[in-house]
Amino acid sequence: MGRFSSPGLVSRRGFLIGASGAGFTLAFVRPGLGVASPSATIAARAFEPTIWYHIDRDGIVTVNVAKAEMGQHVGTALARIIADELEANWDSVRLNYVDTDPKWGFMVTGGSWSVSQSYDSLSRSGAAGRMALIEEGAKLLGVAKDTCKARNSVVSAAGKSISYADIVRKGDISRSFSPGDLQKISLKKATERRLIGADTQAIDIPAKTDGTARYGIDAEIAGMVYARPKIPPTRYGSKVISIDDAAAKSVKGYIKAIALEDPSDTVPGWVMVFADSYSAAIDASEKVKVDWTAGDTAGVSEQDVLNHGSKLIDDSQAGALVVADEGVEKAFASAKSTLEQVYTTSSVLHFQLEPVNALAVEKNGIWEIHTGNQWQSLILPVLAKALGVGEDKIVMRTYLIGGGFGRRLNGDYAVPAALAAKALGKPVKMICTRADDARFDSVRSPSVQRLRMAFGESGAVIGMEHHAAAGWPTQVMAPALMPKGANGAPYDPFAIAGADHWYSVGAHRVRAISNDLANRAFRPGWLRSVGPGWTNWALESFMDEAAHAAGIDPVAFRLRLLDAKGKNAGVAPISVGGAARQANALRRVAEKAGWGAAMPKDTGLGVATTFGQERTMPTWSACVARVRVDRKSGVVKLEKLTVVIDAGTIVHPDGALAQAEGASLWGASMALHEGTEFVNGNVKDTNLNTYTPLRMGDVPEMDIEFIASTEAPVGLGEPATTVVGPAIGNAIFAAVGARLRHIPIRPDAVLKALAG
Amino acid sequence: MIAFQLNGRAISVDATDDTPLLWVIRDIAGLKGTKFGCGIGMCGACTVHIDGRAIRACITSVSAVADAAITTIEGLDPNGQHPLQKAWVKTQAPQCGYCQSGQIMQAATLLKDFPNPTDADINAIMGGNLCRCMAYARIRRAIKMAAEELGTAKTHG
Repeated sequence: MGRFSSPGLVSRRGFLIGASGAGFTLAFVRPGLGVASPSATIAARAFEPTIWYHIDRDGIVTVNVAKAEMGQHVGTALARIIADELEANWDSVRLNYVDTDPKWGFMVTGGSWSVSQSYDSLSRSGAAGRMALIEEGAKLLGVAKDTCKARNSVVSAAGKSISYADIVRKGDISRSFSPGDLQKISLKKATERRLIGADTQAIDIPAKTDGTARYGIDAEIAGMVYARPKIPPTRYGSKVISIDDAAAKSVKGYIKAIALEDPSDTVPGWVMVFADSYSAAIDASEKVKVDWTAGDTAGVSEQDVLNHGSKLIDDSQAGALVVADEGVEKAFASAKSTLEQVYTTSSVLHFQLEPVNALAVEKNGIWEIHTGNQWQSLILPVLAKALGVGEDKIVMRTYLIGGGFGRRLNGDYAVPAALAAKALGKPVKMICTRADDARFDSVRSPSVQRLRMAFGESGAVIGMEHHAAAGWPTQVMAPALMPKGANGAPYDPFAIAGADHWYSVGAHRVRAISNDLANRAFRPGWLRSVGPGWTNWALESFMDEAAHAAGIDPVAFRLRLLDAKGKNAGVAPISVGGAARQANALRRVAEKAGWGAAMPKDTGLGVATTFGQERTMPTWSACVARVRVDRKSGVVKLEKLTVVIDAGTIVHPDGALAQAEGASLWGASMALHEGTEFVNGNVKDTNLNTYTPLRMGDVPEMDIEFIASTEAPVGLGEPATTVVGPAIGNAIFAAVGARLRHIPIRPDAVLKALAG
Repeated sequence: MIAFQLNGRAISVDATDDTPLLWVIRDIAGLKGTKFGCGIGMCGACTVHIDGRAIRACITSVSAVADAAITTIEGLDPNGQHPLQKAWVKTQAPQCGYCQSGQIMQAATLLKDFPNPTDADINAIMGGNLCRCMAYARIRRAIKMAAEELGTAKTHG
């Protein structure tokens, strides 16, 4: 399972059901906690829940959601997993998005993990609830429990029935399930599911159409002042020499400007400009002059970062060996022919539409941080260090997120708000302007990758190498989560995933290299799918080049390598079927897209296939892109995307489709429309005047299909992002014979490639 | 003091002339449905109506709307049941939802000008509204759905 997994360890936890308040609480308990008297335990709140729900006297089922709602409708999906086994009436289900509290365990929303990692626990908790309600309902009806069934929040038998609401009112459930009991529960067969796999409307959507949805930026507290930062010339190492605010004093509402002291070193060199309104804070900040000494990355350019990556790849000792088969040298030495290519990707901004912001206030010794965040457990210790208090003195209040895409996994933006509130002794609401947000972004690192392939007889692949250098978000922000490679060197798994593919290529070597210049010049971020966004650009472009070099059709070439043998056979339950399922998705997409059909002039089909993100949670994905290339201007028109995804069981089909649509278009946007570059230590593009993500008129026709499956659910938020870019690059080659090895693909690069 | 109508109510605010209307709406009038995205009029998250026309509130100074009638997402329909709002729910268009107030307000004027919008009309008029979740296909479908409902209502009204 995913490396951050926190729920899901059901085998070691029991489950309690007991009266609490006006209803029943159903909760997991840690091993060792007393389960002799469930009601007493629940009443005393002596449980350690990470997932629980409550049923009240009106039969309303409230599910606590410890995941961030950022467009994926995660609360709806998680609640439907419980409600299906609970046989609850869906109209009675409510969501409660919780604030931070140690009782929720490790709080992170990312990696497309939420459903996959919670599915089993949530299913068992729902089933346990149903069993307890049936037992109590049978007692109240005076019938044998074996004759009862539950549907739509009603227990019935032999013409009698009682609602869950009445069971809560009249009954006295006090029930415990040991870890063994929970494991023994047989979950419903796929054919008996009533909610999972059936369409529904997401609970969070109506409020997003009438202006009532509340995001972090909407938070207010009486007496708060507004702040806008002045961001220093370098991400690290800048020091404030002087602040001159003489000109700002003419701005009505201006309060003052101060340099932040940051014991956590999260925002070194930041100056905060305060005013009684945000527009005054913006005006005043333009008039405040700050002199800094810059850190040593003030001159760093995009090309410097890429050149440094290339140099690191040249050093055979650098980095971690992630795949380290024997015999790579031998394979290349004995090869009939070899192929080697280098692929690069540009810096990409998150550009989540809600600029990062936070409101911080101290109330009775407790710091409240009001902000939307994806990884509370990562930033809480940093906030504690910054404020000089214990983590138990900080609560993060939960809000809807106006775009996550991984930006809000890194909660660094909460720190300056907290420091400012502490310095001022008042509640402070800090909002970054769009340009501030861009300059402070944890961008997707530029990457450079070198791939090699060794061919034997008849185009058989006998060896492969993949070397990738990029900034490593996990090294910079969460180094404890880095595993070690075969050579003992730690690596960022998220920055290399994808290169450890499911193709059988003979002797295989994958080397992940941290680009230390990138790590110093900016704070590399996790951005929708992270490494697989660049590793697959390289891998799937290279596979296409390899197919052409071998004189084999690109689909047929890949199918030959997806033989599901050896380490690529897959492991139940999550990767059951292995590469055979990837091959199936690939065959299906080729069939749907009319692979092999004649195309109009300068129009071509390109294919790519990936396993989404992680080998430990593969989402089998395949894409065919159809493009038309204008040879005169170099402009690439993306006409159609056909995408096929096998994500196992789909809990919320329409929500899944929405994720796949958005992720596919993100892939297209990063391939054709958006990207920036570092100039003098900062991103060149800081707003929409020059940063140009895909817009309405750029949307291609989309045909997206999920393979019908009852296998374990895997991730959905990101995988489609990984297949679209290389499919587009390969389609350009098919259309006009121009091979592009850098994204984003700009018209001048196409013209250059056409000119040969 | 600058006076104007906000969702049908007279309002008078004490703000400097060049204060962007966006912050007046959000932080003085307290209507949070209108969003801040880019600050340069290029994302459309702050779209509101002035006398029925869509404008970007982040680059419109409050003094420019003196005596005008402003409508925000909160005032588009008293019950949040404008045909566009219903279509947005039916098509499940919003993901994160942050841009959607602006999308809906822009679409409302689109349908006034083009009751039966073509794809090209939608591309042209909605091209200024960024959806970072890229829910564009559903937004397009929702606009057409609402157009149909409005058209039907007109035919039968």
